[in-house]
Amino acid sequence: MALVLGLPSKGRLMAATIEWFAARGIGIAQVGMEREYRAEAQGLDGLEIVMLSAGEIPHELAAGRIHLGVTGEDMIRERIHESGNRVESLAKMGIGNADLVIAVPDFWLDVDSMADLDAVCDDFRTRHGMALRVATKYHNLTRSWFKRHGIADYRLVDSQGATEAGPANLTCEIISDITSTGATLRANHLRVLDDGPILSSTANLWRSRLAPWGAPAEATLAAFRARIDAQDKI
Amino acid sequence: MTEAEVLDGAALAEIEGMLSTLSTIFTDAGYAPVQPAHLFPAEALLDLYGEDIRARAYLFPDPAHGGELCLRPDFTVPVAIAHGAEGWERPGKYCYRGPVFRQQEAGIDRPTEYVQAGIEDLGGADRAAADARVFALIQRGLDALSAPPRRTTIGDLGIVLGLLDKLEMPANRRRQLRRHIWRPARFHQLLDTYGRAQPAPSERRAALFTALSDDRFDALVARAGDVVGLRSLSSIRERAEALASTRDEAPMPASQIALIEAVLKLDCSAREAPQRLARTIGTVVDLTAEIDEFSVRLAALDEAGINLDDIRYEAAFGRNLEYYDGFVFEIVAKGAETLPPLAGGGRYDSITARLGATASHPAVGAMVRPETVARARSWR
Repeated sequence: MALVLGLPSKGRLMAATIEWFAARGIGIAQVGMEREYRAEAQGLDGLEIVMLSAGEIPHELAAGRIHLGVTGEDMIRERIHESGNRVESLAKMGIGNADLVIAVPDFWLDVDSMADLDAVCDDFRTRHGMALRVATKYHNLTRSWFKRHGIADYRLVDSQGATEAGPANLTCEIISDITSTGATLRANHLRVLDDGPILSSTANLWRSRLAPWGAPAEATLAAFRARIDAQDKI
Repeated sequence: MTEAEVLDGAALAEIEGMLSTLSTIFTDAGYAPVQPAHLFPAEALLDLYGEDIRARAYLFPDPAHGGELCLRPDFTVPVAIAHGAEGWERPGKYCYRGPVFRQQEAGIDRPTEYVQAGIEDLGGADRAAADARVFALIQRGLDALSAPPRRTTIGDLGIVLGLLDKLEMPANRRRQLRRHIWRPARFHQLLDTYGRAQPAPSERRAALFTALSDDRFDALVARAGDVVGLRSLSSIRERAEALASTRDEAPMPASQIALIEAVLKLDCSAREAPQRLARTIGTVVDLTAEIDEFSVRLAALDEAGINLDDIRYEAAFGRNLEYYDGFVFEIVAKGAETLPPLAGGGRYDSITARLGATASHPAVGAMVRPETVARARSWR
């Protein structure tokens, strides 16, 4: 059986991933029509490429349908329960860097930290008769971060895009979202809390612990790792 | 769970038999049978417990009606809501039986679905009497099931809450400590923070304090971007002023922190508990009323034939169960402490106010887990 590698099928992360593999002597060429999401590997026998949305790669790894995959730590930790039992990182690729942060309206001059936020949750419920709303698509990471800070009285609001606009649209008070430069947050009158990011994420090459690892796949992986390790020692 | 489990034959008959034995005992004692639905809107639970409930109960979207549904994680909340809908002022005594559903962490051998038979005793103005009759009835139920020798632990968060109320401290600190009594890690972190000198304010906060004292708050806040979200400018100003007024608050005295910690550490037999509490608290605060109330409860248990020397009192017991705010108990099988409890329950007056009542009302309840009783009977 071939070694199956899942790669992001779109955007900057796809381009950066192809470059990263090219630098390690593994060419990835799209075949067929551009929108067909098919590709093949050149320079390493027994390696099969499947193009997937970056958000699907965690599920495919966790289910063992692909041996290897490229996606962000944020996606892995958000989408795979107890991810350490199902996948391991083979390489931090240094691409797709982004921080998952809690951002509050900049005019909340009384709020610097999660401890302040805890007091504000209490005050907010008293005044509005409802829980303070936190918009995010990272439900699990956000929930465990709040739990770690002992905050219970808040509500998550699902937001799959344009999360930064939520407070202005009155669909939430604060957000938990990915940011790389912070420019979008500032443009939406938001500011990151001082406690630091929930997660500093980067794209990794992941290995599924649950995929069927026969001898051919193991052999291809050994050859593949030799390439990667050689490059990353330089 | 990897495949659907099916209970049949003798095992099924054993559980069914226990459930009907308990039902008979409860109804004979005046508790009316009720059967809440397995599914109910998740809103009430989310409002009560916050997002943490998602890790404990099964919630899922209801596409046809919007919102989310919940598979009941216990009977207490649906029974109390149904009672309250008909008016909180009247008393109500209910019994129920059936499965509840709980998420469990991976690697922990606890069932995600199990049956309970239990009671809720609502509106009983004599709280000590209600606590004692609920506790005694559960003990009677376990006796009738020939449950093996048991270890009972009780607590009373009313004592700890009373201590926080009576100790002299700034109102904001009291409020935060009370709010977090059910989250021990956060509670101790707060005590630790309050016990230290306040750190120098951040740059942002220092600028805020200066602006407030120079009456330039409006200018400062105007520069900080648009007002977005529901939180208002005035609530930010009020909290800022409160922060400024408490910036010189002295650290909480070490003796106060030590007293709170000492009370929370108490662990003795129920018979000794009132005396040990009184001795630990000494004359620092007057907790006579709370300790007397606790003693009345113990006397009621004593009268119901419960041996107080056999019951453990742990002051911190019940802190992981957000809705209990008074008497609380748990019964496990001796020698089989790794099993889930055989039975448990407690008082939850303060949540009635969050389930639609205008003020809090007396509420106490408890349940037995027949499957654990069955496992404990054959445990070796």
